[in-house]
Amino acid sequence: MSASWKGRGMPEKDKIGLQNFSSFYGDVLALKEINLQIRSRQIFALLGPARSGKTTLLKSINRLTDLIFGARHTGQIFLDEQDVFGPEVALPELRRRVGMVFDLPTPLPLSIFDNVAYGPRLKGISQRSRLEEIVAKALKSAVLWDEVKERLSSSALRLSGGQQQRLCIARVLALEPEIIMLDEPCSGLDPISTASIEESLTLLKKEYTILLVPHNIQQASRVADRVGFFLNGELIEQGAAEQIFTRPKDKRTEDYISGKFG
Amino acid sequence: MAISRFKTQSIFHGVIWICAFSTLAVMVLILWQILREGVPLLTPHFFLESPRQMGRTGGIFSIIIGTLLITAVAVVIATPLGVGTAVFLREYTRDSKISRIIRFGTDCLAGVPSIIFGLFGFVFFVIFLRMGWSILSGGLTLATMVLPTIICTAEEAIKAIPYSYREVSFALGGTRWQTVKKVILPNALPGIFTGILLGVGRSVGETAAIILTSGSSFLMPTSLFSPIRTMSIHFFILAREGISMEMAYATGAALILLILLINTFANWMLHRYVRKLEGKGHA
Repeated sequence: MSASWKGRGMPEKDKIGLQNFSSFYGDVLALKEINLQIRSRQIFALLGPARSGKTTLLKSINRLTDLIFGARHTGQIFLDEQDVFGPEVALPELRRRVGMVFDLPTPLPLSIFDNVAYGPRLKGISQRSRLEEIVAKALKSAVLWDEVKERLSSSALRLSGGQQQRLCIARVLALEPEIIMLDEPCSGLDPISTASIEESLTLLKKEYTILLVPHNIQQASRVADRVGFFLNGELIEQGAAEQIFTRPKDKRTEDYISGKFG
Repeated sequence: MAISRFKTQSIFHGVIWICAFSTLAVMVLILWQILREGVPLLTPHFFLESPRQMGRTGGIFSIIIGTLLITAVAVVIATPLGVGTAVFLREYTRDSKISRIIRFGTDCLAGVPSIIFGLFGFVFFVIFLRMGWSILSGGLTLATMVLPTIICTAEEAIKAIPYSYREVSFALGGTRWQTVKKVILPNALPGIFTGILLGVGRSVGETAAIILTSGSSFLMPTSLFSPIRTMSIHFFILAREGISMEMAYATGAALILLILLINTFANWMLHRYVRKLEGKGHA
């Protein structure tokens, strides 16, 4: 059903939906009764100070929270109307659909090629020519191809921080995901690397749904279509980026955006 | 009387220097003593002939072969078991009752004197399982001895792998086994190797446990069920029973060279592997 809507400029269904979703680490509440709809082919920015639950929200969608001892949840998260916590969900498949880029560049200690080919290989693709195709395409989309095409077999650890982070984006793109989640992908990067990552994001949103935890408010205002403001595990306010940044409804949102705390 | 800060500094500097120097001196003394007596006797014949007249003349070829075989059996059995246990403890279970029992067990095993392992091997492998005095009995006994070392070093190596590697592998759609196979084991390999080398060292140097389980025959082994004599035992018998001090020293020197050779080769292999894994020009 949703597939037939794609690419025709028609209104699309919600890609991700959270219903009364709460998350806990042991007895500590990380997210409190979140209700949120995220549409496809948009950049949704999760804004808020540290420890407000943004990362937990991302990691709940692809269920990386499963790896954390003592993590539990109530409520539901839907991906194309399918409950991601449902019994029939296969985790590798879910994580291929929902790619994630972490706050620090995390290249595996492998060559550039092997890093990008890691996901496709796990999926069972082993034909060299097919892998080369996927790797080249992913690196091009992440705006890294021109810098590394001559040295795909050299160690990914030798790339600069900005290049490593774009490599991580390419690695996620190689999965051919539907959603890309980026958790402060530009923290620790210089302004030029940041600009090139933001550039690739605006290109990518034509094909993907993007969830971004921006590393500052300026970044959110530059790239986001919609924004949700989180504070202490609660979703305080959400709306179009322009509205949030110019006419926030909640006092706390306004204080945060104007820099009174953060 | 107050000692100036400068004086304390130089006293400690001296003490630490003496510690380091003493360690080096002990090592050099041992090596020098053995090699000085032994190396002049190391001829091609010594390496390529089997012992004659209880080892008074001839060489140590059959003994080298026996040593290598028993060590290989021990390592081939203990490595998969040990690494598997370490992976289980680190990747497949959290701090649970089972993991605590296993850790307690390996810690105990590590502290047991080798003669006790020998006694166990004699009763269990040699007699109960009817393997007799053989390479297999000795190798299995050595395997139980080096198992704690291999588990412990492999666990440390796995523990040292950044959590982010696992997270990334899972986030890219990896199953637990794929993550272990593609990320955990390759990156833990250098540490695992260290454990294996320690195990090899312990196997090559062991005497008590092997006399009880592999006998002390210096004949050329024909199968895994043949009894053998290792180089350490040969050395022990030659020196202890006054057969030939010269041959004992020569065997000792050969043993030291063998261990050096194994370590150098293993390091070279490891280095090559790490470079291949991480791609060209590893940082």
